[in-house]
Amino acid sequence: MFVIGERINGMFRAVARAIQQRDGAAIADLSRKQVAAGAHALDINTGPTADDPAEVMAWLVQVVQEAVDVPLSIDSPRPPVLAAGLRACRRPAIINSTTGAQSKLDAIVPLAVEYRAGLIALTNDERGIPRNAAARAEIALTIVARAMEAGLPTDQLYLDPLVLPVNAAQDQCEEALEAIATFRTLCEPAPHILLGLSNVSQGTANRSLINRTYLAMAMALGCDAAILDPLDKDLMDTIRTARILLNQEIYAESYLQSKPA
Amino acid sequence: MPVELVRETSPGRIFTVTIGASAAEGGTRAKTITIGGHGALPFLPGDAPSPHRPVVAMEVMDAVPAEWPDVLREPLADVLDSPADWARKAVEVYGADLVCLRLFGPHPDWKDTPPDAAAATVRAVLDAVPVPLIILGCGHAEKDNDVWPRVTEAAKGERCLVGVAVPENYKTLVVACLADGHSILAESPIDVNIQKQLNILITEMGLAPDRIVLHPGNASLGYGLEYEYSIMERIRLAGLQGDKMLSQPVLTIVGEEAWKAKEARLSETAMPPWGALASRGPAWEAGTAAAFLHAGADIVVLLHPDAVAATKRTIAGLALAASA
Repeated sequence: MFVIGERINGMFRAVARAIQQRDGAAIADLSRKQVAAGAHALDINTGPTADDPAEVMAWLVQVVQEAVDVPLSIDSPRPPVLAAGLRACRRPAIINSTTGAQSKLDAIVPLAVEYRAGLIALTNDERGIPRNAAARAEIALTIVARAMEAGLPTDQLYLDPLVLPVNAAQDQCEEALEAIATFRTLCEPAPHILLGLSNVSQGTANRSLINRTYLAMAMALGCDAAILDPLDKDLMDTIRTARILLNQEIYAESYLQSKPA
Repeated sequence: MPVELVRETSPGRIFTVTIGASAAEGGTRAKTITIGGHGALPFLPGDAPSPHRPVVAMEVMDAVPAEWPDVLREPLADVLDSPADWARKAVEVYGADLVCLRLFGPHPDWKDTPPDAAAATVRAVLDAVPVPLIILGCGHAEKDNDVWPRVTEAAKGERCLVGVAVPENYKTLVVACLADGHSILAESPIDVNIQKQLNILITEMGLAPDRIVLHPGNASLGYGLEYEYSIMERIRLAGLQGDKMLSQPVLTIVGEEAWKAKEARLSETAMPPWGALASRGPAWEAGTAAAFLHAGADIVVLLHPDAVAATKRTIAGLALAASA
């Protein structure tokens, strides 16, 4: 399970403040905490900022990679901000994200090829959010075809079945799970399947419980990556336990005491 | 038709462990041994070349079991009473890469040797040979816990490999190894889950995971070998998949089990078709060792000089074939 830590995001008030004051120590601290908790990569999102977002992105990348040596997921809807982040990265990064919309694919797939980056692709497009698993798979196929055309190896793709908040679109939780199984069969090598996990519990009272329950279900169907909060210990323990139950890690009584792989 | 070989890459890598410390490193060894570092299954250099080839340790004891067969006693008859001389012969005459000293003497049912005497034996062996030392206790938990701290102190700074830590008895040994700069041999009863469990417990006490060598159990050709082989292979595969608690190099104690086999012991009159008794025991050791080398053993511990010679040839041959 490839864990991308979600905490470096300007949507969080403390991070927004750190960005505003260019408080590198606070960002570095949050980076180290997430990696120590088991994150394999860190997502970087400037959030809404009064400053030039491209400049903020480059600054965040520099601060984070000074503190930790993991791949970064450059998170922005805007290609110039993505490019600024990718330029600043010392090691291959992950782009977060494109969708299946033609204009997005045109702008972002070449960036992934140029920077030899992984690419997170949300399975929605110009028509909006798909209503069922089949519609998600159709968009996923468009994305995979475009990646292959452009020469982006399909194991660099992280297809996101687009999870919606359970309190707003309850039926879509199941549709997204169904899509996971389909995505895996789209190409060889198989794409990664990634969840933007926290979305599922947006606005609910039991966020942590809903997150970890959903992730365990998704892992059983083949989800192998997620953007999530690695500081949620129950969630990280659930991942370890699911890995044991799926025979991805060897059982030992005290497996939770050891560092995750 | 050209055959295209399938190549595998693995996300994990087996830890590199060095046994023995030179003068510059705080010990007195003229020679140190480094094992592990593998990024693939054994002897598949196309997948990932192994930086360190397996090594042969020769067993030396402070007390020889009464039931030892003559075939085993003969070549060593002049040194069986002196662990230091035995160690010297193992290295100088038989070319052992390192010495595995077994402290059977302290066992209460055997000689009940006091801890200080065991420590003196360790020091005498260290002074007799330039190679690194593996030190094994007598297996009696209470007595081992008395002996280990004295022994590790006598060898302080020499970066020995000391064992065996078992799930029921590991804490004293871990503390002693931490205090005196040694690495630990961790043993499980042919069980990958328990092996992992023990490694977690040992690292929880503060010993780094790259100071552990695994001993996944005892078996010999015809007597449980396949089971141990598969466990060793499973450990290597888990390590290569990134499981840090199963990413340690592996040691196998071959001699003891091989010489228990009836094939190594039954006389020529009892079993004429089996051929010369003198060659059967060494062959049983060497055959067992060869299998474990294929399963990923980094150190094989042997008893008979002929088995040592044969196993060294096996390793050289496998390494040569793998580098071709």
